[in-house]
Amino acid sequence: MEPILTKRFAVSNAATIDGYMATGGYSTLSKLFTMTPAQVIDEVKASGLRGRGGAGFPAGVKWGFVPKTTGKPIYLCVNADEGEPGTFKDRELMTKDPHALLEGIIITCYALESHTAYIYIRGEMFQELQILQRAIDEAYAKGFLGNKVAGHDFKLDVYMHRGAGAYICGEETALIESLEGKKGQPRIKPPFPAVVGVFGCPTVVNNVETLMAVPYIIEKGAAEYAKIGVGKSTGTKLFSVSGHINKPGNYEIPLGLPFSEFLEKQCGGVWKGRKLKAVIMGGSSVPILTAEEAMKVNLDYESLGAAGTMLGSGGMVIMDDQTCMVTALKILGDFYHHESCGQCTPCREGTGWIQKVLARVVRGEVRPGDCDLLLSVATNMQGRTICVFSDALAMPVKSYIQKFRHEFEDAGKLGLRKGQQIQTWE
Amino acid sequence: MSFKFTNERMKNVEELLTHYPADHKQAALLPILWEVQYQEGWISKEAMVEVARICGCTPAHVQEVVTFYTMYNQEPPAKYHLQVCRNICCWLRGAGETTQYLEEKLGIKPGEMTEDRKFKLSEVECLAACGGGPMMQVNDDYQLNLTRESIDKLLKDLK
Repeated sequence: MEPILTKRFAVSNAATIDGYMATGGYSTLSKLFTMTPAQVIDEVKASGLRGRGGAGFPAGVKWGFVPKTTGKPIYLCVNADEGEPGTFKDRELMTKDPHALLEGIIITCYALESHTAYIYIRGEMFQELQILQRAIDEAYAKGFLGNKVAGHDFKLDVYMHRGAGAYICGEETALIESLEGKKGQPRIKPPFPAVVGVFGCPTVVNNVETLMAVPYIIEKGAAEYAKIGVGKSTGTKLFSVSGHINKPGNYEIPLGLPFSEFLEKQCGGVWKGRKLKAVIMGGSSVPILTAEEAMKVNLDYESLGAAGTMLGSGGMVIMDDQTCMVTALKILGDFYHHESCGQCTPCREGTGWIQKVLARVVRGEVRPGDCDLLLSVATNMQGRTICVFSDALAMPVKSYIQKFRHEFEDAGKLGLRKGQQIQTWE
Repeated sequence: MSFKFTNERMKNVEELLTHYPADHKQAALLPILWEVQYQEGWISKEAMVEVARICGCTPAHVQEVVTFYTMYNQEPPAKYHLQVCRNICCWLRGAGETTQYLEEKLGIKPGEMTEDRKFKLSEVECLAACGGGPMMQVNDDYQLNLTRESIDKLLKDLK
C-alpha cells in the first residue's frame, strides 16, 4: 500500500516548506484552481472520505450542507483538539507534515468558498502549535496563504487558536463556543454548524487527519482513493496503538485489514509473550471487545459496527491477560467525571455516580447489586443529553460489565487497590 | 496590585484582536489569557479585569472561562509543573507507579507543591501521547517512556 498520510514521516525536513515542496508539496494547487468549488466537493464526496475524528461522517456531504448564498462569511475550523484517550495520530501528523495540513486547508476552504480558517489546537500541544505557526508563516511568505493564494484570485487567512485544557472542546459545537471565547459547552443541534456555526455564520469543523487526506484525493482523483479500503470504508486510516503491545505507535493501514493480522504483523503482538484479553478499538469511548471478538473483526467502520463497537478515532488500546477490568473502567470513570462540562444533569450526575461506585468497588467494598446499579445509571445517561459525551461513558460501562461481569462481582474477594493490580513498570 | 501588559505583549494582543471579526472581540479571550500567562505565569483577578476591558466582556465572564479550563493558573506556579498522565493507556504501562515514585522522590502528593516552589506534582488526563506511556508533561515539554532512571536524570537536570 502506498502511504498517503504518513508518506513524509521518513523525510527529515518535511516540516519545512522547502522539504515539503521538494516532495511534491503544494503541487495540487495548480490543478485545484482549474476546478470549480462544486467540483472539488463532488470529488471528495465521490472519494467516500469519512471524518476521522470519531463520528465517521462523510466529509464531502458535510461540506455540501454549507449554504453559500447567505451573504455571511463561511469558516473552516480545524479540530486539532486531539484528546480521546488512546489517540495520538494528529499530534504526529502535525509535527511531521504540517504543510500537508495547510494544503488540505487551502483545498477545503476553496471548496467551501471560505476565506478564514482557524486551527483550534489543544492547549497542551505547545510544541505542535509552534511547528504549525512556523509552517503558516512560511506559507504566507511563499504566497500560499494571504490575499492571492498561489497567485490566484483567492484570499485565505489561517490562524492558530490555542485551547486551554478541556476534553469536551473536541466536540464540534463546544469547539465553536470555545473559539468564541466562552466555556466549551456543546450547543443543541439543530441548527448544525454548517448553517449556524462560529459567529453565527456557516462553519465546517473537520479533523486534522480528514483534511490531510484531501490533497491526495484532488491530485489522484476520487476513484484512486476509493480503490483503497473496503465498501463504504474507503482510503487509509491512522491507528494509534498503545497499551500492552510490543511496538506502540501510529500505523497507516488500508481500511478493512483484519485486526489479527495487524496485531501480529505490524504491531509485533502482545508484549511479554502474554495473551490478549481485550481491545479498545477506537478510543476510550467505544464499547470494548474481548480477545475472541477482536480476532474476528476487520478494521473498517462496518465490520467494527457489526461487532458492536466503533472505529471512532482509531485509538487502539491493547490489554493483556493480567489487566484488571474493574480498575480500567474506574480510570475511565475518573476521566469522564473530570471532563464532563456540567451542562446536562444526566451526564454531570451520572458520570459522578459511576465514578463514585467504581472507586468504592476498586477499594474492595463491593455491595450486592453494584453491577445492576452501574448498568441502570449508564442506561439513564444514554441519549438524554445535548452531546454524546454522556454516551461515551455509558457505552464502556455497559460493555465492560456485560463482558467481564465476574471481575466486578469478585472485586471484593480480590481486595483491589489502585496501582497494585498489575506491576507493569520495570 | 495592578496588571499591565508590557509593550511587546500589548502588540501581540492587538495582533490577536485582528484575527477575529471586529464585532466578536471576545473570541480573542483565550489567546489573550495565554498572553497574560506567558507574561506573569498565572492569571490574577486584576489581570482578568484588564482582559475583560480589552475583550469587551464582563470580569465575571473572564473568571468563568479561566476556571472552566484546566491550564490557566489561578495562583503563581511552581518553577516546574510535573503533570503525569493517569489515563488508561499510560496506566496500562505503569502510570500509577510513576506517580508513586515521584511522590517518594519529591515528598509531595498530586496537587501539592514543594516548599521551595520548585516542583508541583499533578495527575492529569490523556495528553495524546499514549504510544510513549508512561509519560508526563513538564511545563511545555512532553517526557515519554518514563523509567525510574529517566525520572532521576530529569529531576537532576531541572535546576
